[in-house]
Amino acid sequence: MSEYRLEMRGVVKTFPGVKALDHAQLNLRPGTVHALMGENGAGKSTLMKCMFGIYHMDEGEVIYEGEKVQIKGPLDALNRGIAMVHQELQPIPERSIGENIYVGRYPTKKYGPVTVIDHAKMYEDAAAVLKEVHLNFDPKAKLGSLSVSQMQLVEIAKAVSADCKVLILDEPTSSLTAAEVEALFTIVNELRERGVSIVYISHKMDEILRISDEVTIMRDGQYIGTWDAKGLTTDFIITKMVGRELSNLYPQRENVPGEVVFEVEDFTSINPRSFRHASFNVRKGEILGVAGLVGAQRTELMEGLFGLRSHTTGKITYQGKELKITQPKDAINSGIAMLTEDRRATGILGVLSIADNVSIASLNQYLIGGIMLDDGKIEQLVQDNVAKLSIKTPSSKTQIQSLSGGNQQKVLISRWLANDPDVFILDEPTRGIDVGAKYEIYCIIADLAKQGKSVIMISSEMSELIGMSDRIMVMCDGRVTGFIDGQEANQENIMALATQFE
Amino acid sequence: MGETKGKTLNGKSVIKFVSDHAIIFLIILLALYTWINSQNFVSPDNLGNLISNVAPRFIIACGVSGCLITKGTDLSAGRQVGLAACLAAMMQQTLDYSARVFDWMPDMPWFAALLITLAVMAIFGAINGCVIAFLKVPPFIATLGMQTLVYGLCQIITGNQPIGGFKESYRALASGNFFSNALGNYARLLPYLLLPALLVGLFMWFLYNKTRHGKYMYAIGGNESAAQVAGVNVSASLIRIYILASVLYALAGFLIGSKAGGASTATGTGYELEAIAACTIGGVSVNGGVGKVSGILVGVLVFEVLKICLQFLRFDPAYTYIAQGLVIIVAVALDLRKYLAKK
Repeated sequence: MSEYRLEMRGVVKTFPGVKALDHAQLNLRPGTVHALMGENGAGKSTLMKCMFGIYHMDEGEVIYEGEKVQIKGPLDALNRGIAMVHQELQPIPERSIGENIYVGRYPTKKYGPVTVIDHAKMYEDAAAVLKEVHLNFDPKAKLGSLSVSQMQLVEIAKAVSADCKVLILDEPTSSLTAAEVEALFTIVNELRERGVSIVYISHKMDEILRISDEVTIMRDGQYIGTWDAKGLTTDFIITKMVGRELSNLYPQRENVPGEVVFEVEDFTSINPRSFRHASFNVRKGEILGVAGLVGAQRTELMEGLFGLRSHTTGKITYQGKELKITQPKDAINSGIAMLTEDRRATGILGVLSIADNVSIASLNQYLIGGIMLDDGKIEQLVQDNVAKLSIKTPSSKTQIQSLSGGNQQKVLISRWLANDPDVFILDEPTRGIDVGAKYEIYCIIADLAKQGKSVIMISSEMSELIGMSDRIMVMCDGRVTGFIDGQEANQENIMALATQFE
Repeated sequence: MGETKGKTLNGKSVIKFVSDHAIIFLIILLALYTWINSQNFVSPDNLGNLISNVAPRFIIACGVSGCLITKGTDLSAGRQVGLAACLAAMMQQTLDYSARVFDWMPDMPWFAALLITLAVMAIFGAINGCVIAFLKVPPFIATLGMQTLVYGLCQIITGNQPIGGFKESYRALASGNFFSNALGNYARLLPYLLLPALLVGLFMWFLYNKTRHGKYMYAIGGNESAAQVAGVNVSASLIRIYILASVLYALAGFLIGSKAGGASTATGTGYELEAIAACTIGGVSVNGGVGKVSGILVGVLVFEVLKICLQFLRFDPAYTYIAQGLVIIVAVALDLRKYLAKK
């Protein structure tokens, strides 16, 4: 029997266009909290999904309790005592809390030849499990009646109910309040004392240094190293994660912010739990960073401005002229462009060509006689952008879904450039993009500002916000809680505003 | 395009091409078998018959294709064809026919009847489109409801009686052939029906490839949320698609009535399934965003060839239904497999 409960060795996983894992490894000791760190896209979640059986690895092996195993799927993993709490929850809001905890492995009883679900036992067990993690919910209540953070805790209860030996927590605190984080840490400590091995994925340095025993760092799908958490410093971790000095991560910006052009006043959502009374402005040639925790409603606010979500009150003006925006088309006609957060869900037209993806928002410009599209003009537009933004693609007829994340993002930027907008709203513009391409995206953003465009950039990566913004707007729980000058911004003053709950 | 195809031509890609188009190859083989084993399979009469059958069905399939490409469907297609045929029939009965449905109906030229039919049926398309775009009812349910509703309406206006006694000018539209004097029996290969089908095909090709409407349609099918973010007016596009679909069913119904020389509530029954099947065989993906007019033509052709082959091989009609049902299921399964393999 080795000293490790679970070892992953030489794990390789390739997705179309991206090598997500390149000989990654992880060694878990029993009764420890093991932090797994790396930038977005470093492959942490992918590695965990391989461990949990959601992905099948192309190469590599898993040794669990001294035996080489093949994990066939999530149910197999759960049966072996490996549980996972996902970054993105997969709740069934219309069913009860108890059912959500036991979905797929309901307790059953037999009436002769007929096997039925034993609801009484299920709710009894669910109540016991909820109590174990100090949650005081009625297991028969609908899951949908809970808040997102409460659902996250239920998800942890679900993992505990599997009587697991290995528990994977993928960014468990991203939507939790400070008090809830403390509650979570109590549970984690209890589980550790029981001998459970916990993999803890988080971006929050203070949490990592507080809760973990060991730290493994990954970069670009590769294993960088494992260290004892005691004696690690934030600087050391960031240097290892990023792989180079922070100073040359971002391009030299030459933009000069001018007069205020874009103003938002008292913008309030129709949903009382979403953004409210948001007021801010952006200057010509300025990059305004937008910071906040998950659930701060930054995306919702920007989607509201772009006409994707409804608002009750609020005034948007550009150069003193009030804009009436009720749908994205209005925003586009007013000179606003938006790169959405989830490229796959609301950005790319996956099965369509690069040419179609680039031209879709500006087709009115290529009409012959008001009816027929000029394919030559469209091809010219695509070729110009492919050259200007150095998009790597075999041809303009290639399906966009076969490109890498960075190139997809460049195609989407081209789509908006074709309209020559004045205001760019960029929601997590570098999410899921590898490090090299990130730098190129930063250069494009810096260039937009230099040309005098107003850029609003939401990001959850602190260093990106600090490195790229002229000014940072911080939001917390639907409200704008303050502005920080880019020069003076640091992790501490941003977090202070981002956690200013009412 | 041709160049890249040439480069990747190897054993594996040939196998993939054949398996992706398995149904088409199977039916070509079936056609060859039938040709060898039966007389008159390749005759002006039979091929002319094939063309006459393909023409209206191609028009219907073109209508459904827009719905399918936007991840919708239109189950009311067949019943709308039936209603359109009955409407046209009522307007084109001879004045002295004893069982006229509406004796007050004035004598009108066929193109007036056609325009009225198209206009009336467009309303049903607009309702389908609005229900789907604004009330967000899934197209499957919305058009299933419309299917039943249209059938009921059709029964009311026809009094559940078949309609006959058409004017010769209307009858001749779909039963005549071009150049029948010069070509003799070979003129059967050029039925009048070929012309509207050809025009619809050209129009649809232009619409799908060269206009904003086409690009928006593919964008909605590819990713509706992303299309909306890119400024596409999704609701307006969907409504246009369903209206165009109904107008095409109306045209097909008008022609089918003329060709059959009569119309009843049963006209067009089940045509929606044939049209959806033909689209799928022809490469219109039920996953949305993909589909070409040329593919739709191939799909309809293949489906009709299948029917004629089974008829020539003297299979009981019951078996023909079984074969058609299997082809529909296999076509969709093969289509989905293409996309599953990519994940």
